[in-house]
Amino acid sequence: MKPLDPRLLRAARAVRTHLAVTAVCGVALTGLILVQAWLVAHIVGGVADGRGLAELGPLVAGVAVVAVGRALLAHGAETAAVRSAASAKSQLRRRIVAHVTDGPARGPATAGELATLTTRGLDALDDYLARYLPQLVLAALVPLAVLAVVASADWVSALVIALTLPLVPLFMALVGMHTQARTRRQWTLLQRLGGHFLDVVEGLPTLALFRRAKAEAALVRRVTDDHRQATMGTLRIAFLSALVLELLATLAVALVAVEVGFRLLYGELSLTTALLVLVLAPEAYLPLREVGARFHASMEGVAAAESAFAVLESPRPVVPGSRPTARRGTVALDIDDVGFAWPGRDAPVLDGLTLAVGEGRSVLVTGRSGAGKSTLLALLLRFAEPDTGTIRADGVPLRDLDAAAWRARVAWVPQHPHLFDDTLAGNVRLGAPDATDAQVDAALAAAGLTDVVAALPEGTATRLGEGGARLSAGQRQRVAIARAFVRDPDLVLLDEPTAHLDPDNAALVRAATARLLEGRTGIVVAHDAGWRETVDETVVLTDGRLAERAPAALVSGDGRYGDHRHPQGVAS
Amino acid sequence: MRDPLRRMLSLARPRGTRFALGVLAGAVATASGAGLLSLAAWLIATAATHPPVTALSVAVVLTRALGVTRGLTRYLERLVTHDAALRTLADVRVRVYERLARTEPVRRFRSPDLVTRLVSDTDATQDLLVRGLTPPLAALLTGAGAVALATALLVPGGLVLAAGLVLGGLVVPVVAAALGRATGARQAAARAELTTALVDALHGAPDLAANGATARAVARVEAADAALTAAARRDAGLLGLGAGASALVAGLTLWATLLLGVVAVEHGSLGPIPMAVLALTALAAFEIVAPLPAAAARLGAVRASGARLFDVLDTPPAVRDPGGAGRLVPGALRIRDLRVRYAPDATWALDGLDLDVAPGEKVAVVGPSGSGKSTLAAVLFRFLDPDAGTVEIGGTSLTSVAADAARTVVSGVPQHPHLFTGSVRANLLLARPDATDEALWDVLRRVRLDGDVAAMPGGLDADVGEHGERLSGGMRQRLALGRALLTDATLLVLDEPTAHLDPDTRDAVLADLLDAAGERAVLLVTHDLERLDRMDTVHVVVDGRVVQRGRPADLLARDGWYRRAHRLPAPV
Repeated sequence: MKPLDPRLLRAARAVRTHLAVTAVCGVALTGLILVQAWLVAHIVGGVADGRGLAELGPLVAGVAVVAVGRALLAHGAETAAVRSAASAKSQLRRRIVAHVTDGPARGPATAGELATLTTRGLDALDDYLARYLPQLVLAALVPLAVLAVVASADWVSALVIALTLPLVPLFMALVGMHTQARTRRQWTLLQRLGGHFLDVVEGLPTLALFRRAKAEAALVRRVTDDHRQATMGTLRIAFLSALVLELLATLAVALVAVEVGFRLLYGELSLTTALLVLVLAPEAYLPLREVGARFHASMEGVAAAESAFAVLESPRPVVPGSRPTARRGTVALDIDDVGFAWPGRDAPVLDGLTLAVGEGRSVLVTGRSGAGKSTLLALLLRFAEPDTGTIRADGVPLRDLDAAAWRARVAWVPQHPHLFDDTLAGNVRLGAPDATDAQVDAALAAAGLTDVVAALPEGTATRLGEGGARLSAGQRQRVAIARAFVRDPDLVLLDEPTAHLDPDNAALVRAATARLLEGRTGIVVAHDAGWRETVDETVVLTDGRLAERAPAALVSGDGRYGDHRHPQGVAS
Repeated sequence: MRDPLRRMLSLARPRGTRFALGVLAGAVATASGAGLLSLAAWLIATAATHPPVTALSVAVVLTRALGVTRGLTRYLERLVTHDAALRTLADVRVRVYERLARTEPVRRFRSPDLVTRLVSDTDATQDLLVRGLTPPLAALLTGAGAVALATALLVPGGLVLAAGLVLGGLVVPVVAAALGRATGARQAAARAELTTALVDALHGAPDLAANGATARAVARVEAADAALTAAARRDAGLLGLGAGASALVAGLTLWATLLLGVVAVEHGSLGPIPMAVLALTALAAFEIVAPLPAAAARLGAVRASGARLFDVLDTPPAVRDPGGAGRLVPGALRIRDLRVRYAPDATWALDGLDLDVAPGEKVAVVGPSGSGKSTLAAVLFRFLDPDAGTVEIGGTSLTSVAADAARTVVSGVPQHPHLFTGSVRANLLLARPDATDEALWDVLRRVRLDGDVAAMPGGLDADVGEHGERLSGGMRQRLALGRALLTDATLLVLDEPTAHLDPDTRDAVLADLLDAAGERAVLLVTHDLERLDRMDTVHVVVDGRVVQRGRPADLLARDGWYRRAHRLPAPV
């Protein structure tokens, strides 16, 4: 794993600026560390030589100046780091959102995972950018600078430091490799033991029901103890790297101290030089220790960056077509030998589907789960393009049409419509931002929501909460139908609009749907045979193609829509 | 109410010896680091006076020893405190679990988010003990030692160091943590708005694309992101204050010590050698308090976790368990005037419900969502006490015997049956720990899962995955049902056993369920009216009471809720 992902540098300008600022601060800080050590050595050495405050005064004052300088630098570096972390997160977040909001979530992450990644996930970059990276810069600068200064003062000490310093990363890498292999071996075990408590707490009602709740308490203790033993086994190895680091760093300082002590004793060195070496020696190892201590932050930050890039580097669906198309009240659909497989899956969902829907006709598409019903709607919405075959609207291939213009002619009522944390009116206006209040009220009435609106504290101005939490599932479904009404579309697509609704709510949704379908072209996807009465025609999908078709038993296509409609407008 | 942090710490009391050992090891480790520099200063300053070699030999040995002890004792400290914290965690988990098992497990902690949070709150105990307890106590010991040494050398020097350590180890970390919390709180609103906007844009992506509203949603995300980023950048200066103040306190303490030292040597109250020791002690002492700002920053979150945790531990049990050896005699279920509500000021979930189930009778309880059906199941499972009315089995009140005694007669499938991570066998054995493999295969046959389980790698030993994720929805319900059939219960209560199944699976599960129940009485809670024709009696519950009851065929013939609910779709 790389400590710094080069993609991060390319992706966010804020990171490049941040790195430059951090490097400048690092150089300045290194300078101040050296100056402080020089001052301390000369003051303490001067005192031993019998000099007083009159001579040493400027040096002592220098220590105060360095103190203020280091404080300002620390404050400035931290402030700059937090600011650039905020900017970098913002830039990545915007790029991810722009990348994935083209259509339904696809590729490596689900909507939930993306939401987590773009909020809490990216926060892992805070510690990474603001704490880890600056230490990494210091770890590169300080040891070399210290080594250079010590070498110019006393080459023997410099040799001790120069020999031990490279051992630190070397041993840490060796221990790290060993730990990683061991941790990986134990990972599943640790995961399972660690997850056990959550599992039993979640399953408490089930345990209670089978009178196992009390017995399980002993198991909680046993498993937690097993978890402790397994964890300690891993930690005993993991802490070794810190042990090696501390041992090398402290031992080297001790060796240097003893060595300069003896050379001082034999007069080979001045006290000031010896003190300078002694004060500087620990500084050479300090940044390495700090980097080690922040290893965890670096892991999380790099992991967050990797998830972000996995999303950003996933291919963006291309929606072809630029031909304009305009609303005209209805549309004739011709689905001709269409085949389609979702990316990453071998088996096609649709396999030679042929279906024509005449102007103003409505068709119920039914079939077992996985037969391709919802995929058909996705293709009609241009969320994906057919692999083979063609879909035509009024004779024009759908793929030639401008996707936005085409979608403006379509209304879609999905199985789980997403309601936004906005007012009821705002939610209804989703697909028609310019709709008047009267149009919104009419759409709500047509969707059978008048009573619901009356019961809301602020009517249509009531905020619905996250996911429309204020409304029941059936009411949310009817809000989606109101959305469709206010768009006044040519084509209505409904996906399992009454699945999982209780009968009272299902009846209300059905009634509203029947009103919506009047005069429009419509496709209803449902398991439920009860829909036969609402539509003109029923077809059954099996393995991605039509299995049978029969005109709806109770409603005949003629009379209701006038003579210009095609009574036989469906042909397979 | 005592401070949750102190209550969390008191949970660690049984492991006091281990923690004391950890603190001691930590103190030795920190003291070795700081002491090394003090000792080395004495060694060098003494060597500069050219004494005989023997005068230095003790210091030389000690210096080398300190070089080794720091690493070793730090390693020891980490192992001991982690071990003690993990042992304490086992105690806390058992306590939380036992309390949850005793209190009613259904209502309060049913949301998966709450369960997850409770578990991570429990684990926060470990965080407090490892990061919040040992480092401050070790710093206190070592800091006191450093101050004592400095005071012995020069009283004003000791005072300066004491002031510096208190400022740098206590005041600055606490103030910095408070600033961090304050900026976090200030940004909370912007953060919440961003999260909502992101969730809306990502979860609602298909709805937005279909309605041509993607650009507006992305604009809302960008506005929210800009507001949060601006707030974060504005507050960055405050967050940098901690780092700046720490550096300033350390630097100025060094400066004041040097100033006092130079003056004291000039006036003869301090020798040059003690002066060197004093100066380098002041320089090294701030390593002691270095880990404290991070610890202080964590404490806020840990305290919040502790408050929530003790909120759970302090909750009085919601089910009165009379205990004792009383038993229920299997017989008819007789419910009269049952009333239940979830809070004293809430509306009645069950409002005078009467219901009878004869031995062996198959009964369905139907009604719109929120009518109180699941509350009835919770009462029968003894998850909830009735507020008024009687529930009797075979003439004995359900609440007069221990909850587990009642569950020998009444069992079944709760609303969200939990499958535990582990094998098919382990999940089945919960219901009857002494069941033979033969008995398990027999019950799998009865719920028609034998073929599926036989096809899984390992058969009965096959892993079902977390929450049974390796099984399909239908298989999960069948397994939960099989578990219920393994008990000796004569009344099986099944709360929505077919929810979230597609209609084909639903019909098959329902049919197999009634076949497998055999001679037992079944109370099926459902909002799904399909396939109820095999039930002996259907009770329609609306607003917490039974509004209709009778044989399914009779109810269909009569006017009322049941017939209305079946007459779908409603006429346009």
